[in-house]
Amino acid sequence: MYMICVLSAFLLGGIFALLVRTEHLTGGETIMSAETYNRVFTLHGAVMVFLFIIPGIPAALGNFVMPIMLGTLDVVFPRLNLMSWYLWMTGGVFFVASLAFGGIDTGWTFYTPYSTTYSPYGPAIICALSGAFILGFSSILTGVNFLATMHMLRAKGMSWFQMPLFCWSLYATAIMQILATPVLAITLLLLIAERTLSIGIFDPSLGGDPVLFQHFFWFYSHPAVYIMILPAMGVVSDVIAVYSHKHIFGYKFIAFSSVAIALLGFLVWGHHLFVSGQSALLGTIFSLITFSIAIPTAIKVFNWLATMYKGSIDLKCAMLYAMSFIWVFSIGGLTGLHCAAIATDVHLHDTYFVVAHFHYVMVGGTVFGFLAGLHHWWPKIFGKMYDEFWGLVAWALVFIGFNLTFFPQFFMGAQGMPRRYWHYEPQFQAYHVASTIGAYMQGLGFVLLAGVLLYSLFAGKKAPRNPWGGTTLEWQTTSPPPLENFPHDEPPIVGDPYDFHAIEYKEELEGYVLVAAPAAHDAERSIVEEIVEGAEADSYGSRGN
Amino acid sequence: MTQAHATTHDAHGHDDHGHAHDPNQAHHFESMEQQVASGKLGMWVFLATEILMFGGLFCAYAVWRARHFEAFEIGHKQLNTLMGFINTLVLIASSFTMAWAVRTAQLNKNKATAVLLALTFLGGCGFMTIKYFEYKAKWDHGIFVGEPWGHWNTFREEAKTELEAEKTATQLAPPTTGTPGLVNALPTPGKTPEGFIGADAAAADAHGHEAEAHAPPAAHGEGHEPAAEGESAHAAAGEHHIDPDDALKARTFFSIYFCMTGLHGLHVLVGMGLIAWIFFRALKGEFTETYNAPVDLVGLYWHLVDLIWIFLFPLLYLIS
Repeated sequence: MYMICVLSAFLLGGIFALLVRTEHLTGGETIMSAETYNRVFTLHGAVMVFLFIIPGIPAALGNFVMPIMLGTLDVVFPRLNLMSWYLWMTGGVFFVASLAFGGIDTGWTFYTPYSTTYSPYGPAIICALSGAFILGFSSILTGVNFLATMHMLRAKGMSWFQMPLFCWSLYATAIMQILATPVLAITLLLLIAERTLSIGIFDPSLGGDPVLFQHFFWFYSHPAVYIMILPAMGVVSDVIAVYSHKHIFGYKFIAFSSVAIALLGFLVWGHHLFVSGQSALLGTIFSLITFSIAIPTAIKVFNWLATMYKGSIDLKCAMLYAMSFIWVFSIGGLTGLHCAAIATDVHLHDTYFVVAHFHYVMVGGTVFGFLAGLHHWWPKIFGKMYDEFWGLVAWALVFIGFNLTFFPQFFMGAQGMPRRYWHYEPQFQAYHVASTIGAYMQGLGFVLLAGVLLYSLFAGKKAPRNPWGGTTLEWQTTSPPPLENFPHDEPPIVGDPYDFHAIEYKEELEGYVLVAAPAAHDAERSIVEEIVEGAEADSYGSRGN
Repeated sequence: MTQAHATTHDAHGHDDHGHAHDPNQAHHFESMEQQVASGKLGMWVFLATEILMFGGLFCAYAVWRARHFEAFEIGHKQLNTLMGFINTLVLIASSFTMAWAVRTAQLNKNKATAVLLALTFLGGCGFMTIKYFEYKAKWDHGIFVGEPWGHWNTFREEAKTELEAEKTATQLAPPTTGTPGLVNALPTPGKTPEGFIGADAAAADAHGHEAEAHAPPAAHGEGHEPAAEGESAHAAAGEHHIDPDDALKARTFFSIYFCMTGLHGLHVLVGMGLIAWIFFRALKGEFTETYNAPVDLVGLYWHLVDLIWIFLFPLLYLIS
């Protein structure tokens, strides 16, 4: 249910995106007025952020896969889970309803005093804020559920360090959902109160402070971006290991780095406020801590690369998305450093550079991670195999289109093209046109991707239990799994979640089977052992092709 | 929020492993202990989210108080500390009855549990009733949250008139608080506002106003007298008069006051709903030694609501 809803939101947000890009084909009016443009980009941002990216991977993939990965029947609070979905639907309805009131034009960040005083779209703003408030609770309850599930319902014998890394990333995400989202809830309530009752908290004439809103807002919204990216990183960790047929490198480092990112993420919100007038000392501190988040992130990237090193790489769709994730996310992350340094940020703030940066990490990061997971677990969830070739074509369109869309934006931004501007000077037109072409290419790629996956539901081959050679528990059950997740007489066999020696390819099944009990633990390995083992590539779970 | 509780009460006690399950044990749990522990974990995590949410408001309070302390000084004097204190005692008492109810549920005494839950519920009612009178008094004086309903002009006008009243009073006679008759005889320009200086002077006049202004108190509750609200407001307000220009500053204080106490009041109402729910379940005798988690978890929520008020009360009422 979540998958359909979340992907529908992606479609809606994507349509808004294409409208934005189409408008930017020319500097003046192309297809809409400036006022309409303001509303279109706001809705693009708001729908994508609140309805798609934040719930996305945990709701659509995590809900299904995580309990099976833990070897259990269900999440701890199944009815609360359903409540989360109802709340998502309700929030979504409020958002769509705001369209009926003319839409919002404040930017998805709702900065004061425009959102409280000057924007003419009062009812739409209240509607959208209420929607975001409700969606926040959907997120919180999902976080509560996932955290409790990982604490309480791991299969017998499964220690914390036998959980797949996808679960670790969901755990870190749950911590952030639980601690950060309530602050958004109260911020939105205060904003509604300010708009309707003029309580004065953000109004200088009443003793309030508009920058206070920015502090409150970003205190949530910065952890929110880590809520968006950590599950995608978890997917990538698992996908890289499976399609390299090699034990993940540095399991504990990756696990702890997820938690480290979650915790550090609470300390850096001020880097969105470098030009807001906050003190230079405060800015320096935030800048420093922001730089430090690069460390756990880099640990992950290097561990993924080390996992692939001397592995037996299978270039399936999921792996392509995961590999493109590493490339594209690195660009996004490195450009984040440009923004984290105060001096450069003064120049780059509110330009297309920032837009390109966050699209690289959110689309290149979260969306690619989501698609990797979708392709990886599609056979497990639906029991059908999709067409690899057309899936690859779709990937190529998406990947090339994505880069064509957003890479020129770095240059535009550095040369001064501001964001959220309807009009631009002629010198930027070439970049905008390239960007728009890329956007349409991406759109085409996504449509093709949807077609490939949907077609498989009707005409795809039946999927075996383990088509890709995964070693986590979900691959021990049928595709799709029974209602109680595992067949009654086949409880999951728990062990190291990345022991690729324990599985073997069986031609007649066109899939892998468990031939030995997985080792209990990943023995502490030195890099030398890794290299030596890599040299014996033949001994890895032998494959049909 | 009923789904905030982990426990289900599946009626089926059938077993699929050859041993009987507690009928209240949900299918995905291996044992009741696991179910109870999970429920507790979930509830504590949820309470953490509530603390974070109120934390945002406390943060706003801190920022505003640091920048505009005079607003807090002026504004809080309009509050009735006695009422706030009574409310605090009421909530603490209701937390006590709630904890006791959890204990009796653990001892399989459903009737006692029901009685104690009813008392807790009444405590909540008492709290909300006193809150209602507090809010009503504010409304009558033109103090409320924000602008459209705030009729802050009324507040300002009242402040002006009573300031003039005081001026006139001081010209003709030394201000005394113990001789209502004397001051009452003085001609006062315009309406004499309630709740401001010349408490006793206004009291005689105000009585008539209060009779209309305050609805008769609820039958249950903590038995405060009808006029007590107005009277003690006067007593507490004492000689505190507001410079009309400071009325705006008071508004700053009251914005945060109403947001915090309002959100808290909403949580009290939700808590009362939850208590009513398990009250009816206790009446039906549903709780046992092994299955009393709903009482436990609602108790945790109620204690949090109490705890938040214990922070709110000094921060809002006891500024000096």
